[in-house]
Amino acid sequence: MTAPTTHLSPALTAATTGRVLRQLRHDHRTMAMLLVLPSLLLGLLYLIWSDLPAPPGQPSTFDRVGLTMLGILPFVVMFLVTSIAMLRERTSGTLERLLTTPLSRPDLLLGYGTAFGLAAALQATVTVTVATTLYDLDVAGPPWAVVLIAVVNAVLGVALGLLASAFARTEFQAVQFMPVVVLPQFFLCGLLVPREQMPGWLQAVSDVLPLTYAVDGLQELGRSAEPTGRMWVDVAVVAGAALVALALAAATLRRRTS
Amino acid sequence: MTDAVTVTDLAVDRGTRRVLHGLSFSVPAGQVTGLLGPSGSGKTTLMRAVVGVQRTAGGAVAVLGRPAGCPSLRARVGYVTQAPSVYADLTVRENVRHFGALHGMGARESDAALADVGLLDAAGRLVRDLSGGQQGRVSLACALVAAPDLLVLDEPTVGLDPVLRAELWARFHALAAAGTTLLVSSHVMDEAARCDRLLLLREGRLLTDSTPARLRAESGTDDLEEAFLRLIRSSEEADANEQGHGHRSEGRARSGAPHGSEQVSRA
Repeated sequence: MTAPTTHLSPALTAATTGRVLRQLRHDHRTMAMLLVLPSLLLGLLYLIWSDLPAPPGQPSTFDRVGLTMLGILPFVVMFLVTSIAMLRERTSGTLERLLTTPLSRPDLLLGYGTAFGLAAALQATVTVTVATTLYDLDVAGPPWAVVLIAVVNAVLGVALGLLASAFARTEFQAVQFMPVVVLPQFFLCGLLVPREQMPGWLQAVSDVLPLTYAVDGLQELGRSAEPTGRMWVDVAVVAGAALVALALAAATLRRRTS
Repeated sequence: MTDAVTVTDLAVDRGTRRVLHGLSFSVPAGQVTGLLGPSGSGKTTLMRAVVGVQRTAGGAVAVLGRPAGCPSLRARVGYVTQAPSVYADLTVRENVRHFGALHGMGARESDAALADVGLLDAAGRLVRDLSGGQQGRVSLACALVAAPDLLVLDEPTVGLDPVLRAELWARFHALAAAGTTLLVSSHVMDEAARCDRLLLLREGRLLTDSTPARLRAESGTDDLEEAFLRLIRSSEEADANEQGHGHRSEGRARSGAPHGSEQVSRA
């Protein structure tokens, strides 16, 4: 009876993307925060290390941490924004209504992913520009590759946020999934302690967490003037993880409930 | 006359409690069928089953010749929930255009749907700035824009001023005349008189499947409210007779009076 509609309709996906972007456009404060907040936080990081000399023969601490943050901040922000947005769809009855229309579940989720991916591209462009000009962030690789990793990471945040919203009944619960999903990945991604120096079993855990690969890809860009093969593998792993999370999120959208 | 909806022995459980007890009825095509009953009688659950979003415990619901919830029905069935399910952070027009786009409709159809619910003047306003009644009309417009063959409306006229309510009912009948089937729930008895056909639901059971004229004739009163009251009392008497001989008057005094007064106060 509830045969899942898995066929994709570009027109319906685009309608969803347009609708989500229009919702964002009406929310001026959210738009301003999306665009400006990562740059301000990066500025704070820049300032706290500004008086410390760089370790001899190594990149400065800000170059190392700041570059990584260009990937982590969009992930965190988009996770939060989409988990709340999808929770609102569920509690306001609009999700149930959408599921009675010809819109398929992949249409809906890809529409969300595209809308917030576009917002993330805008955000990452602003942040990378500010970081490399205002804060003198030193990146060996091309800025477009940094923006690309930031966007793929943001889409991962969107996908996990859509999935997490299925397990939250209230917005209080939804925001608490942020530390659950984000912090372990942040601790283990190799920024705080190089992965080689972690206990073996934690390295193994770190190996299966997608944020690890995003951070690895950014570190590649910090070292190498051209995108490396390893960076492309990292990007593919993060994108694959995002697709798996979207598929799992689709399975949580029930057309028929009790 | 063909039937747009055929319900056979439909049973629905909520948790361990049975909320619909084996209902059977049909909804004729191209008419306005009213689903009446006090709140908690199972109206919304029944409508959800017709739309195909309600998990059922038994029986069958056929809609436009297919099982309810069948993917091919999604383009042909419109559902408006009791609470407005629209995007508060979009304008009125953006909402209607979005739901229209999901059905392949454009700007012209969207504005026509807005005109139908009398909201063309408010098209540019954000839904969250509107009154509850206006938000309900936006929700209705989002279903009308798809021009469905079957419209399932859960209490669509709550909180509307009488002029607007009369206009919407005229709109419903115009749609029916053009071939649309409407299933409209209400707990207001004066709206029962506007329906072509009436289903009265009480405590998850179908009390009557009739027309306003037949109901008036059978109960011997012109007042539909009174007709329903008599119907409820006589069904309770029948129940009491079945359950315990000799306790008839006691059973009636215990269960009849409070329910009767609830019916009056809700209307």
